[in-house]
Amino acid sequence: MSTADFLVQGLIKAFELIFSLNPYILSITGVSIKVSGTATILAALTAIPLSFALAFLNFRGRQTLITLINTGMGLPPVFVGLFIFVMLVPAGPLGFADIIFTPFAMILAQYILVTPIITGISLSAIKAVPKSLIETVYTLGGSQKDAIIVTLSEARFGIITAILAGLGRALAEVGAILIVGGNIAYSGSIGGIGEGSSYTRTLTTAITSETSKGDISTSIALGIILISLNLSVNLLANYFQRRD
Amino acid sequence: MYVLISIEGLHMVFGEKEVLKDINLQILRGEIFALVGPSGSGKTTFLRILDFFERPAKGNLEFNGMETSGIINIRRRMSLLFQTPAIFNRSVFENVAYGLKVRGIDKKTIEKKVSEALCIVGLSGLEKQKATTLSGGEAQRMAFARAIVYDPEILLLDEPTANLDPANVMKIEEIIKRIRKERETTILLATHNIPQVRRIADRVGILINGELIEVNTKDAIFKDPTDKRSEAFLKGEMVY
Repeated sequence: MSTADFLVQGLIKAFELIFSLNPYILSITGVSIKVSGTATILAALTAIPLSFALAFLNFRGRQTLITLINTGMGLPPVFVGLFIFVMLVPAGPLGFADIIFTPFAMILAQYILVTPIITGISLSAIKAVPKSLIETVYTLGGSQKDAIIVTLSEARFGIITAILAGLGRALAEVGAILIVGGNIAYSGSIGGIGEGSSYTRTLTTAITSETSKGDISTSIALGIILISLNLSVNLLANYFQRRD
Repeated sequence: MYVLISIEGLHMVFGEKEVLKDINLQILRGEIFALVGPSGSGKTTFLRILDFFERPAKGNLEFNGMETSGIINIRRRMSLLFQTPAIFNRSVFENVAYGLKVRGIDKKTIEKKVSEALCIVGLSGLEKQKATTLSGGEAQRMAFARAIVYDPEILLLDEPTANLDPANVMKIEEIIKRIRKERETTILLATHNIPQVRRIADRVGILINGELIEVNTKDAIFKDPTDKRSEAFLKGEMVY
């Protein structure tokens, strides 16, 4: 079989798996969306108020926090994974929580990775709102609360872009969730292509395991779904950037 | 005449630089007071202190006999119009209605007052237009409508016509005169536009290098200035 035939057959099988709504593929996609979506929502709920606090309040340690956030934007995922693993294993300081190798541990890892990204980009969007606009709120009789509402409104597209950038990062992440999630699937694809269901197996971790097992068609199918999801997120982000 | 704002011994420094030096001034209710001086003389800083954006190093401010407590309450009695208006990325209506909304005014009254304000500035019919698409002159007039819509007692104007063409300058001056006449609004105008001062001011203060060197009625100050620097500035000579 030539390389071209090998790829074509892989692609054909991949599309068959996708369009037949294969339960194994669907369950992996579901876990990916649930884990990354939950982590992104939680990160946004932390990051947006935090970015407003950093923009509006002058508190002790503010500059240190900004430096930490900027550093956090480039955190190596495997380091975060290792850190959380050490914390969550039964012998670790948070071992009593008993969440290692569960979706909760994966959400925690992605939360730590994504929060600085959303905070950093949101902070830039908030800082881009002209000071004169905030002063206009005050001169028209508005309070600090009104100033925050106007800033949120003016920076909304930038903040949405930040959330989508965080979601894109979470969906594409592999190192941290592989370490803390364990890439677990019930039965997996051991009994044949496209069988089993995912517990902590996501699109990215499944691609690594399926490829190593030689199940190229399943890997390609998962890759197509992953790229489609990331492309959709990026198209949305571009749409909001254009509107800004 | 009733004194609306009383300023005593106002002093302001930015780092080592003295921006305002021992300013003593009384603004009378219903007058158009022009604070005149070259760029960098401290006019904008003076207005920003009056609207509580800057805290003076020294001095005392009284608004209508009231100590400056409860900043938001005093601020709500006045309005500051910046040289370059900052526009909310919303419709003209929402921009103009903003000051009323933060005061909790009901929707029907807001609609009526916004309509009146837009009529005064000649922008009726543009309520639904996105404010960021207005021309420079229209944007300044919209900002004017936004500043007067809640009937402030005091209107602080910082070079309101500096970036406008003659037609828009004329319109803005007409609006200033109309507001004062119809609403008896006290207007403090910071400008370096001498012909404009001649056209609309009642009293004039000359501010040069942070020092208020002369205050008098328009006629007196143009006819017989008591300070040589005032005379030179009003004649368009370099005094700084």
